[in-house]
Amino acid sequence: MFNKTDVLETIEMIEKEHLDIRTVTMGISLLSCIRADGASTAQAVYDCVTKRAQNLVKTAENLSREYGIPIVNKRVSVTPVSLVTAAFPEKSALVGKALDRAARELGIDFLGGYSALVHKGTADYEEKFLATIPEVLAETERLCSSVNVGSSRSGINMDAVGQMGRIVKQTAALTAARDGLGCAKLVVFCNAVEDNPFMAGAFHGIGEADTVINVGVSGPGVVQHALKFVPDADLTDAAELIKRTAFKITRAGQLIAKEAASRLGARFGIVDLSLAPTPARGDSVAHILEELGLEVVGCHGTTAALAMLNDAVKKGGVMASSRVGGLSGAFIPVSEDIGMIESATAGKISLDKLEAMTCVCSVGLDMIAIPGDTPDATISAIIADEAAIGMINNKTTAVRVIPAPGKSVGDEVSFGGLLGRAPVMPVHGGDASKFIGRGGLIPAPIHSFKN
Amino acid sequence: MRAVVTVTGSDRRGIIAKVSNFLFERNVNIEDISQTVLGEQFAMIMMVDMGESSRDFAALAEELEEKGKEIGMAVRLQHAAIFDAMHNV
Repeated sequence: MFNKTDVLETIEMIEKEHLDIRTVTMGISLLSCIRADGASTAQAVYDCVTKRAQNLVKTAENLSREYGIPIVNKRVSVTPVSLVTAAFPEKSALVGKALDRAARELGIDFLGGYSALVHKGTADYEEKFLATIPEVLAETERLCSSVNVGSSRSGINMDAVGQMGRIVKQTAALTAARDGLGCAKLVVFCNAVEDNPFMAGAFHGIGEADTVINVGVSGPGVVQHALKFVPDADLTDAAELIKRTAFKITRAGQLIAKEAASRLGARFGIVDLSLAPTPARGDSVAHILEELGLEVVGCHGTTAALAMLNDAVKKGGVMASSRVGGLSGAFIPVSEDIGMIESATAGKISLDKLEAMTCVCSVGLDMIAIPGDTPDATISAIIADEAAIGMINNKTTAVRVIPAPGKSVGDEVSFGGLLGRAPVMPVHGGDASKFIGRGGLIPAPIHSFKN
Repeated sequence: MRAVVTVTGSDRRGIIAKVSNFLFERNVNIEDISQTVLGEQFAMIMMVDMGESSRDFAALAEELEEKGKEIGMAVRLQHAAIFDAMHNV
């Protein structure tokens, strides 16, 4: 028999504190779908994804019912499409649209992998693939795209950084009627991980097995609630409590991940130990930081509090799972976290503070609305700064900014659902176009030479 | 298969009798019962064995939920594994 307090604690976490499995993501290799031309490859991709993931939603729903824990999202990630269409890159959109159709057919909200890995150089076929991203994101609904422009081992591909600034702007322009929604589905990475279950940055790495189940856990509300009971604890004790809470959350994820993999005939990949917020009240990473004693997220002290939180989550989670991976850390997307939205709306958190915060947590500048007239080169420069933080600190960083068409500071963009809403935040005005225009590769840092 | 039935709510009169009788009728064996009061809330936790159950998991969970509505309490059925995973190292 279990301790009755334990049983009731679990039920309380689920029913009152938003404990959930944030995503069960099936990674599918598309390498076996490559055919002689775009149309037949698109068909093979559609057939493959709809077949392998046909029971994904149903299985997740059954697991959710049996274990009594919500599984919020069911998703699919695929091999970076640029590799699948390398022989006919200008036809990549056909594959992108086939994937979007497959996602609709499967009843999943997002499918990730319209991606390219160009961290050391952009091949001709990748150049052509990247050019298709804005149009494909405008014409699809559930497809997500990501591009890796740098890594600690290879340096930063500044030609790609320059190109991504333009692509982000074009994507916003083509989805202007929906506040630039396309940009919410486009992530620019440094040190992208190959087993990330979270969107929009998920793709199925080429080093992965054929079909894999990766699970992302969540539970900011549970951590915040636990901290409420120790208002006067010092930070050592607070970290310890976060660790213990993260352990419990992750164990639930591990259980679901193993069971889902076994029922779906896939390999168990990893559990991603992330604290992923939603716009719902009581499900906010920002509010954890405030619970630790900050008046408002974004004030001085925020970076230290976040560093402690992020580290404690990892320590608790690593013990709880046999295979940890993905991004694993606290997420700080502005539009998807009610505490962040409120702080940004009140002007209490700046882009500079968010950038500092990305040095100590996963992932990066995430879901941030910036003025629609922000120059391409400024967006590239924001990407370059984030990539540099990732490259030097051996961590994943990313940029998912939305230059909201026709909007400026003081306006708000609203995407609805999990993507939330965000006030348009100011960017610095100085011109970086000469720097970005130089192109080339920022060489890998000295500490990358480890062999 | 072992599962946990939890019943929570404000009214405690006859709850054990009602729920255990309901499980007995479906051939679900109760291995252990404990109850507690949290503030105004009454909570009952039952460890059950579904090996001989006349209902599959989904059907029993649904019927229990219905029963809960009837008696004005929240009744849930969950695999025991989730509690084991979260609270035992």
